Amino acid sequence: MKYADEFRDKELATGLARAIRAKADPSRAYRFMEFCGGHTHAIARYGLEDMLPDNVRMIHGPGCPVCVLPAGRIDMAIALAERPDIILCVYGDLMRVPGSRGSSLLKAKARGADIRMVYSTLDAIALAEQNPSREVVFFAIGFETTTPPTAVMIRAAEKKSLTNFSVFCNHVLTPPAMRAILDSDTPIEIDGFVGPAHVSTVIGTEPYAPFARDDRKPVVIAGFEPLDMMQAILMLIEQVNDGRHEVENQYRRAVAGGGNQRAIKEVAALFELRDQFEWRGLGSIPASALKLRSAFAHLDAELRFAMAERVVADNPACECPAILRGLKKPVDCKLFGTACTPETPVGSCMVSSEGACAAHWTYGRFRDHQRRLAS
Amino acid sequence: MSMHQRRLDLKNGCVDLSHGAGGRAMAQLIAGLFHEAFGNEWLARGNDQSAFDVATGRMVMTTDGYVVSPLFFPGGNIGSLAVHGTVNDIAMAGARPLYLSASFIIEEGFRFSDLKRIADSMGEAAREAGVAIITGDTKVVERGKADGVFISTAGVGVLPDGLDLSADKARPGDRVLLSGSLGDHGVAIMSKRQNLTFDTEIVSDSAALPGLVAAMVAAGGQGLRLMRDPTRGGLAATMNEIAQQSNLGFRLQEDAIPVKPAVAAACELLGLDPLHVANEGKLVAVVAPEQADTVLAAMKAHPLGRDAAQIGEAVADDHRFVQMATSFGGGRIVDWLSGEQLPRIC
Amino acid sequence: MCLAIPAEVIKLLADDMAIVSIDGVSKEVSVALIEEIAVGDYVILHVGHALAKIDPEEARETLDLLRQMGAVTAEVSP
Repeated sequence: MKYADEFRDKELATGLARAIRAKADPSRAYRFMEFCGGHTHAIARYGLEDMLPDNVRMIHGPGCPVCVLPAGRIDMAIALAERPDIILCVYGDLMRVPGSRGSSLLKAKARGADIRMVYSTLDAIALAEQNPSREVVFFAIGFETTTPPTAVMIRAAEKKSLTNFSVFCNHVLTPPAMRAILDSDTPIEIDGFVGPAHVSTVIGTEPYAPFARDDRKPVVIAGFEPLDMMQAILMLIEQVNDGRHEVENQYRRAVAGGGNQRAIKEVAALFELRDQFEWRGLGSIPASALKLRSAFAHLDAELRFAMAERVVADNPACECPAILRGLKKPVDCKLFGTACTPETPVGSCMVSSEGACAAHWTYGRFRDHQRRLAS
Repeated sequence: MSMHQRRLDLKNGCVDLSHGAGGRAMAQLIAGLFHEAFGNEWLARGNDQSAFDVATGRMVMTTDGYVVSPLFFPGGNIGSLAVHGTVNDIAMAGARPLYLSASFIIEEGFRFSDLKRIADSMGEAAREAGVAIITGDTKVVERGKADGVFISTAGVGVLPDGLDLSADKARPGDRVLLSGSLGDHGVAIMSKRQNLTFDTEIVSDSAALPGLVAAMVAAGGQGLRLMRDPTRGGLAATMNEIAQQSNLGFRLQEDAIPVKPAVAAACELLGLDPLHVANEGKLVAVVAPEQADTVLAAMKAHPLGRDAAQIGEAVADDHRFVQMATSFGGGRIVDWLSGEQLPRIC
Repeated sequence: MCLAIPAEVIKLLADDMAIVSIDGVSKEVSVALIEEIAVGDYVILHVGHALAKIDPEEARETLDLLRQMGAVTAEVSP
């Protein structure tokens, strides 16, 4: 695969691993947070931890949009899908996210709710066209990467004058999440950020400037092939060693400084900021999520179906909140691997393939045993 | 006086409830369509059951249900899949498959022409595999109750003397051999599913494995510990099952596992791991190190094993982890797939 | 969900759609978010939409840099 395979090359990886080892100062630790579900997944799937020296640690931040979706929003979607006139379209990962009391969209589907898995927003449009007597609702989630596709879908719905289509909007923003991490009551030590790959193709590099300038944290935007990540880690180590705190762009082949202007404009035309939005694990964050502008109110499922807001407390034993903020690791959670597994997830971190717990369980848990043997 | 019976309109006609009622219509459907396609002396007798001589020694029996959607896919259909899947289950024990039964649950309104295509495929697959479909059943259910057709099979075969393949025979140091590329069937199916609109040149690998198995049994002797075909859940599920049953761990090399480029690309597009995708014409074998090279050579010499490779080995491991060295250099676990990303894959 | 993959544009269609190909797998996707698109361009795909074009020159430079980074250390380390 062109532009993928070259960035997965084992030879180059070995060279980079050596370079990282040479640059990392053995007398200190380096803790870098990544914010992108794709990065979490790549680190686990390629076993990148094995290639880094022990004093360079990767912390998983809240970069997985499925993971940060609160249970209450799932409950709202289930309630909507249980109405007989509704077809609810969702991305696959959402199906098993736990709502309250062990519910999920998958279980609701088994009980008869018409919930359909889609791979693209345009599939939802096709479903609306094919089912004129039903109401088709698209469960929109995602960071800035996924919002433009939702915008394109809304334009298509308007162009086709669809009267049976609407969107349950849960789009969230990356910089407010980074801000919440840094401003947290229980802050963690982070020496720098690996900037998200495809969020950055949309928003460009400017939005990260405050974190470099004001919080004095190096930010390196990285592609999510494994060589991209390793190069970004090397660049971060160099910034830390040099005492610099800048925004650097490792993913230059896909990220332009100004981002994707067309995508930015489309999103601005259709969406506006919500005052507050609940994030699983991070609490309520101001100006961190989007809703449809009033001109598109007829496409807003929350208004169209008078959806009642539901706030659900997380399972107190579930450590997703601390894990999403990088305070704890999956193995620190008492439920990890016992009550909470991919088959029986308690928290959202175990559901999505980008969640820290799922990634660790699926790819990396053998290291826990190795560490126990070594200690 | 012979009854005048209108011939089955195989081109334009459909199955209706009378074809499942046990009357003339059903008899006509069975004779005109199924017996024609399966053509053998047992069915010609027209009994509800068929008798065959029993070999001395041990016999093997298996049963399977087929609900694949869509019914027709690149490289096969529900019928050929049903025959291949059943004979392969028998072959994984090292046994020679002999006879199959086939039971059809057909939805009212199903086109004869589609049913004939399926039946003809089954007959052809059975002949190629050297087995006969000697008994069957037909039921018709109302529209909406069967999604076209469901097929249920049973199969019997005979074990060669002294052959007892079993996971508990595996030992640390045994080699893991894979007969060919992963993911072909799952991707061929996905290419036809409604939501996924990409075209690939990937064709299901659905095939009968008894011939390959016979060559491996002859080459491996006592060194052949067990064989499994990685269907639903892919190689990952199969290796984890073997690990659990043998009480061992496994260490695989990603570089050694064959995956066609188009399959890899399709999996990337859909966020799937080829290790989790179903195969219907592949097998994995655990072989003692002394016989591994001989068995591998026998596999490569067979048309269904041209891309065979040694992909790893068994190790002592209390946790029974299946671990893999990635092509990038780091390590990861190969775990069961959670949830159902590909429903109705076989 | 965050899956993104580079794909080659092999045909432009009406309504801001295009056919892309990756190693023999073709798929119809939306290119509505890309300003200028031509056959032969490589794009990053995400949930059925092209989000960005890949700049071949930058890709080459990144790979060259990666090779240099690996090589330098080899000379320096004992």
